[in-house]
Amino acid sequence: MNTATTGVTFTPARRRLRRRERGLAYVLLIPSLLVFGVFVFWPLVHNAYLGFYRNPPFPGLPSTYVGFDQYQDVLTSSTFYDSVKTTFLFAILTVPVGIAAGLALAVLAHQQLRGIGIYRTFFSSTVATSVAVAAVIFGTLMNPSVGLLPWLGLTTNPTILQNPDWALIAVAVVTVWQTLGLTFILMASGLQGVPDELYEAAKVDGAGAWSRFWHVTLPMMSPTIFFAVVIGTIFAFQSFGQIDILTQGGPLKKTNVLTYYIYDTLQRQSDPGKAAVLAVALFLLTLMLALLQIRFLERRVSYER
Amino acid sequence: MGRVALDHVSKRFHDVAAVDDLTLEVADEEFLVLLGPSGCGKSTALRMIAGLEEPTAGTITIGERVVNDVEAKDRDISMVFQSYALYPHMTVRRNIEFPLRSRKVSATERAALVQEAADSLDLGGLLDRKPAQLSGGQRQRVALARAIVRRPEAFLMDEPLSNLDAKLRVQTRAELVELQRRLAATVIYVTHDQVEAMTMGHRIAVLEHGVLQQIGAPQDVYAVPNNLFVARFIGSPAMNTVSGRVDRVDGALVAQLPGASVPIPTELVAAVEASHPEEVVIGVRPEDLDFSDSPAAERGGIPATVSVVESLGHERHVACRLTDGQLVIARQDAHDAAPPEESTTYLVADPGALHVFDAASGERIRA
Amino acid sequence: MSVDARALHRRRVWSKVGRYALLTVLAIIVLFPIYITIVNSLLPPVDITRQPPKLFPTHPQWGSYSDAWNAGHMGTYLKNSFIVTFLITVGQVLTAILAGYAFAFLRFPLKRTLFVVFLATLMVPFEVTIVTNVTTISDLGWYNTYAGLAVPFLATGFGAFLMRQAFLTLPGDLRDAAALDGYGHWRFLWRVAVPLARPAVAALTVFAFLAAWNQYLWPLLITKDDRLRTVQIGLKQLQSVSIDQINITFAGAIIAVVPLVILLLFFQKQLVRGLTAGAVKG
Repeated sequence: MNTATTGVTFTPARRRLRRRERGLAYVLLIPSLLVFGVFVFWPLVHNAYLGFYRNPPFPGLPSTYVGFDQYQDVLTSSTFYDSVKTTFLFAILTVPVGIAAGLALAVLAHQQLRGIGIYRTFFSSTVATSVAVAAVIFGTLMNPSVGLLPWLGLTTNPTILQNPDWALIAVAVVTVWQTLGLTFILMASGLQGVPDELYEAAKVDGAGAWSRFWHVTLPMMSPTIFFAVVIGTIFAFQSFGQIDILTQGGPLKKTNVLTYYIYDTLQRQSDPGKAAVLAVALFLLTLMLALLQIRFLERRVSYER
Repeated sequence: MGRVALDHVSKRFHDVAAVDDLTLEVADEEFLVLLGPSGCGKSTALRMIAGLEEPTAGTITIGERVVNDVEAKDRDISMVFQSYALYPHMTVRRNIEFPLRSRKVSATERAALVQEAADSLDLGGLLDRKPAQLSGGQRQRVALARAIVRRPEAFLMDEPLSNLDAKLRVQTRAELVELQRRLAATVIYVTHDQVEAMTMGHRIAVLEHGVLQQIGAPQDVYAVPNNLFVARFIGSPAMNTVSGRVDRVDGALVAQLPGASVPIPTELVAAVEASHPEEVVIGVRPEDLDFSDSPAAERGGIPATVSVVESLGHERHVACRLTDGQLVIARQDAHDAAPPEESTTYLVADPGALHVFDAASGERIRA
Repeated sequence: MSVDARALHRRRVWSKVGRYALLTVLAIIVLFPIYITIVNSLLPPVDITRQPPKLFPTHPQWGSYSDAWNAGHMGTYLKNSFIVTFLITVGQVLTAILAGYAFAFLRFPLKRTLFVVFLATLMVPFEVTIVTNVTTISDLGWYNTYAGLAVPFLATGFGAFLMRQAFLTLPGDLRDAAALDGYGHWRFLWRVAVPLARPAVAALTVFAFLAAWNQYLWPLLITKDDRLRTVQIGLKQLQSVSIDQINITFAGAIIAVVPLVILLLFFQKQLVRGLTAGAVKG
C-alpha cells in the first residue's frame, strides 16, 4: 500500500485507475508530439548539425566537416551584415507605422456616430488579403506599364521596385497595408476594454480630447500595444512572401532580408549548410529582440492588476 | 459653491422618457439626495447636470450660468462615480492632481492643494501607491479627494457607497456628511438606498419613471408622503398599505378593510367626500400599529393572525396575516409583550397615524 | 433657440460633417487597392496601361475571370488550397483538443515539462526547420503531394495552449459530476467539454484556417507544378505568366480574396475574441 502525498491509500484498484489515466494522457498527446518531434525538434537539432558542414560548389561531392568555421565565415560576411541591417530597417519601417495607423483608425472608429459599423468593416477589410494577394496587387500596380502611379505622380527613375532607394519602402508600404486590417481589429478590441467611466471622469476633470487620448487611452491600451509590438516584430522578421513576389531580394540586395537570404541560399545556391547557419542566426536574433522588448518595454506597460 | 437648478428638464430615448419634465433647485451648501429605484432616472438626471448627457428639453443652471451648451469639462463640477473611476496607471497623488493639471495651476500650488485634499481625507501615507494596491474604502476616499481638490461649484455623487461592505458604508456615510458640512459644499447625491437618503440629505427628491414624486426634508417626506409610491419606498420596514372600498356605515364614512370597517379620520372626511373615490388605500407605518384583544372599533381594530415574530434585539417585527391573507408588519419595542405566534389579535392604530390614498391615482388625500 | 445655441448647433453639425469626411477619406485610402483591382480586372488590357487610368469599367469584361479560373488554373489552385487548409485545420483542431484536454483534466508525470515542450514549438521559427523538413518530406515520397503540404502542420503548440485555457475555465465540479454519472474521459471530452468550449474551438478554427490558407514559403518549397499549387503560390505563378494580360492577374487576385471574405463575414466575432485572448490579459 502506498500512501502518497495525498495521504490516500492506493489500493490496487486505484493504481489501475491512475495507470489508465496516465495511459490515456499519453495517447492524447502522442499525435501532437509526433508532429513536433519529426517536424520541429528534429529539424532544430539537425539544422545546428548542418551548419557544421560546408557544402561543395558542385553537387554530388561530399560535404566537409568544418566545425564552427562556417558559422564564423557566414556570420562575419558583409552580405550577412547587410541582410541583418535590412531586416531591422524593414521592421522599423513596418511595425511602428502599422501600429500607429491601426490605433489611429481604431480610435476614429470608436466614436458614437451613426453607421460607424460600416467604417469598422472597411478598416478591417485587409484581413481578407494574404501577403501574396497584397504583393501581387501592389506589384502589378507598380509595374511601369500600368498607368495608375504615373497619374498619381508617383514615378521614380528607375521605377519603384527596381529603385535601390525606394524598393524597401515600397515593400514596407505593401506590408503595412496588408496587416492593417488585423492591427485595426486588435486595437479596436483593446479599445473596447477601456471603461467608459474613465473617459467620463477625465471629461469632468477638465481633460480635452487630446489629453484624454494621452492620459486614458494610451495607458489603458499599453498591454495591447505591447502585444502588438512584440508579435509585430516577430512577424516582420519572418516576412517572406512579399519580398519573393515583389523584389526577390533586390535591387542590389536592398531588400535582402534574412528570410529571403536563407531561401535564396537554399534554392539558388543549393547551399544547405550556409542556409542552416543563417537560420540559426535568424532564430537567435528574433529571440533576443523579443526578450529585449519584454525586458525593457514591459516595464512601461500598466496592467490593471 | 453655488446653486444648481433644473428647469423642466427631460431626457427621452426614442419614446421612453428617462427623465420627464424635472424641475428642482438645489440651494447653495445644500445636500440634496436623488432617491429612487433603479431605472427611475436619477442617474440620468445627475449625468445631465454633469454634462455627460444632453437633455432633450429644459435648461440646467449651475451657479449663475445656464450650462446646456457648456461642455462637461467647463462646468466647474466634480463627480464621484459608483466605481470610483480612478486612473489605474497613476499614483494616488497623480489621480488627485489630475483635475488641476487641466486647469493650468502652477506646480507648487498643485502640490499644496493635493496635500490638503489628501490630509482632509486621511490619505497622507498612500499618496505614492497605485489604485490596485488600495482597499475599496481607500479608493473611495481617493475618488473623493480628487473631487474636492478643485473646490467646484457643486459635487455630484453617483451611488458612491454601494460598492462598500455594510459596516464601512455606515461609517463612510457619517464621514461624507461631516465632509459636506465642513466644506460647506453643494452636493447632489444619487442613491437607491432610502436609509442613506434619510440620514444624509437636507432634502430628498424621490423619482420614479423619470418623474419627481416628492421633494422635501427627510422627516417631512417620511411623515407626509405625497403618494403611494413614496409612502411604500421610504421607511423600513415599509408602510403597510391595505385597500378597501369606501362605504357609509351608520352614517360614518369608512373604508371596508378585510374583517373590519375602519373609519376615515375626521379631518379627511370632507376631502374624501369631495373626491368620492371608489376605493382608498389606508397606510399605516409599522411603528404606529398596536395589538388589542378586543375589536376597538374606534381605533380601527382589524382581525389578524400572528404569523412570524422576528426579534431584532432592540425591537420586534411582528408579521400578521389579515383575514384575506395579506401580510401586515407591526413594530414594537423589545420591552413590550410579544404576541404568541398563531394567536389571533386585533391591529389598532390612532386615527391620526393613518394615511389615506386614492386607490386609483395613488395620490394622498389631504384635509 | 438663442443665438449662442444656434452657433453651437452649427459648430456641432460641421464637426460631424468633418468627422464623417475624415472617416470616408481614410476608408477610401484603405479600400482603394482592392477597388482598383476589381476595376482593372474588368478592363481590357489596353485600358490598364493607358494614362490617365480608367477608374470605372464602362464595359466590364467578365472574361478575365473565366480566363483566370481555367487557363490561369485559379480554380485548381483554390481547390488545392481548400483541401490542404481543410486537412491542416481539422488536424490542428483535433490535436489541440486532445492535448488541451490531457493538460487540463488528466494527471500524469512530466505534465509540466511536456507543456513547456508544447510552448517551445512556438519559439522555433519556421526557417530553421525548412531545410530538414524538405529533405524529410522528399524521403517520405511526399514531395508535391497534399500530404507533404499538410502533415508538418497537423499540430500546434498555440492550439493546445488555447484549448487548455478554455478547458480550465470550465467549472471543476463538472468533471466530477460527469464521473458520478458514469462518463469516462473520452465521452466527457466529446459530449461535455468540447461543446462547452465551443467559442475557443471556433476561434481556433478561424485562426488555423487563416494561417493555413495564407501559407507561402512551405508550399513554394514543396510544390512544383500547377496540379498541386495552392492559391498563394498559384497567384504568383499567374502573375508571372500573364504579363500582357494584367486584367487576368487582377481577376486572379480577387478570386483569391473571395473565400476569405466569406469566411470572415461569418466568423468575425470569433476572430476578434481569439485575437484579444492573448493581448489584453497580458
